[in-house]
Amino acid sequence: MKENTYEAVMNRKNEIMKEAVGIDYEQFESDSIAFDYEGMMKKVGYSLEEVNRIQKSSGVGETKIYEMKNLTALARKFSPEGKGARIFVKDEAANPSGSYKARRAANSVYHAKKLGYKGVIAATSGNYGAAVASQAAMLGLKCIIVQECYDSEHKGQPEIIEKARKCEAYGAEVVQLSVGPELFYTFLQLLEETGYFNASLYTPFGIAGVETLGYEIAMQMREMEGKDPDAVICTNAGGGNLTGTARGLIKAGAKETKIIAASVDLKGLHMASDKQFNKKSFTTGHTGFGIPFTTMPDRSDVPRSAARALRYMERYVTVTQGEVFYMTEAMAQIEGFERGPAGNTSLAAAFSIAKEMDEDQIIVVQETEYTGAGKHIQPQLSFARDNGIDIRFGDIEEQVPGKNIIFPKTPDHIKAKDLDLDRIRKSYLRKAVEGYKMVTKNDLDYLSEETKESISYVTKYLKSLDIEIVEG
Amino acid sequence: MKAIKGQWVKIHSIVFTAGERAPQVPDDTKQVPLEMWVKGYIQQDASIGDEVEVKTTTGRLVSGKLLEIHPTYRHSYGEHIPELLEIGTQLRKILFEGDDE
Repeated sequence: MKENTYEAVMNRKNEIMKEAVGIDYEQFESDSIAFDYEGMMKKVGYSLEEVNRIQKSSGVGETKIYEMKNLTALARKFSPEGKGARIFVKDEAANPSGSYKARRAANSVYHAKKLGYKGVIAATSGNYGAAVASQAAMLGLKCIIVQECYDSEHKGQPEIIEKARKCEAYGAEVVQLSVGPELFYTFLQLLEETGYFNASLYTPFGIAGVETLGYEIAMQMREMEGKDPDAVICTNAGGGNLTGTARGLIKAGAKETKIIAASVDLKGLHMASDKQFNKKSFTTGHTGFGIPFTTMPDRSDVPRSAARALRYMERYVTVTQGEVFYMTEAMAQIEGFERGPAGNTSLAAAFSIAKEMDEDQIIVVQETEYTGAGKHIQPQLSFARDNGIDIRFGDIEEQVPGKNIIFPKTPDHIKAKDLDLDRIRKSYLRKAVEGYKMVTKNDLDYLSEETKESISYVTKYLKSLDIEIVEG
Repeated sequence: MKAIKGQWVKIHSIVFTAGERAPQVPDDTKQVPLEMWVKGYIQQDASIGDEVEVKTTTGRLVSGKLLEIHPTYRHSYGEHIPELLEIGTQLRKILFEGDDE
């Protein structure tokens, strides 16, 4: 009988994961900081053609792109002469489970089936659970979704409760937990108990599944407008959405397209706090995941994450909860698209950024998500109001996550705020070299790729940290 | 309330008591237990609050206290939020000014 204390299970983490993911990550490691990211993506991921075939057979992808003509016209009302880029949206809500996450799930579940696993498990409170459950239903695999759902008063985020319903609708078993990082413990125990596949969001197959999204954007825009988009904006949390999309764009040869990350600003809220759990109105797409995962991608549930957003992003902005809710309502009211709020994080940012861009330029918002009872602005705002959050029109500058939600007085007040990427890169580097006194030349190359910065930038910063650079 | 063997129910259990929480957990979360809720077919007749066993849709046998018989989703579209209405009105005015007034 195996011991099941927290420490005992966490100590078995590596062997449980190896069984449950079927990847020997060791083969990609150097004996220093670097690991062979592209080697991992090539060896255990899938090629674009394979992914395409897998997704086609499960009804995933090839979603339409729509031009948001009225939102563009609205942005131009508040733009200087000649400014106001055209805003396009890729309608990922049209995937079988209602979000782009179907792309990640399609690959993972296909892979699990190929390797002969009887079932799949995913730890997620978000759209990914529904996506895995939907794909498992298609391929006849069993499915367990582990959710962080309730606070200690058994109050649950309406959005997460809806996600549980959707997973059950596809025949999955849903294990719900109260707030806390020990969700990972329960997750590991379930993997050990069932021998199911860990359909992690962060495996090479999962991320390869998103590459089709970026690839399709380039192909569709060439067909529709005869050119690549000038910018593609991705809602950023764990980094997989942005990583996969960017890789797909690069594979399509859209090398001039600027990749922008956008997250909802939840500064000051602790993600593992019982009391703050229901003070937020976004359960993903926010800085509470976006910043830690960007600066430390390997904090995920696999030894090496295939989602490495800092390698690809050229700009990182935040928007407020109020701005995203406002834009979600705007999309319904003047575009006739009712879509879920979290996926509209990048839309709110795009509305602001479009005003800086020339009017013949194109910005593509690369996802939408489904909406419904619980997972909709009205129940989410209603829940916030019940939890004492002050909801009003006002000055966006007065917003304090967990205290209030402020709608912009007019659309002109929607303003994406730039995060300092230089600071984020340095934070990444500090964490990457933690515990090291010296780094090798190979590490330098790796860190330069990881931060999308030059070798001299990395060298200079590491020297300021008293890190020695050695041959090797 | 009595549950009959074979009915679909929701059970509740404690994974870790307040004293057993992981070291990295924030202080407010350390004050409360880590709780778990699972649904399945109940394996015996029982009353609410009884310690029971259920069989989940994946066939796992899980035990816990019986919480709800025929567990029902009650999430909804929430209470009316008047501010939302204002957004549409405002935007239509800016975009299509004069069209309907």
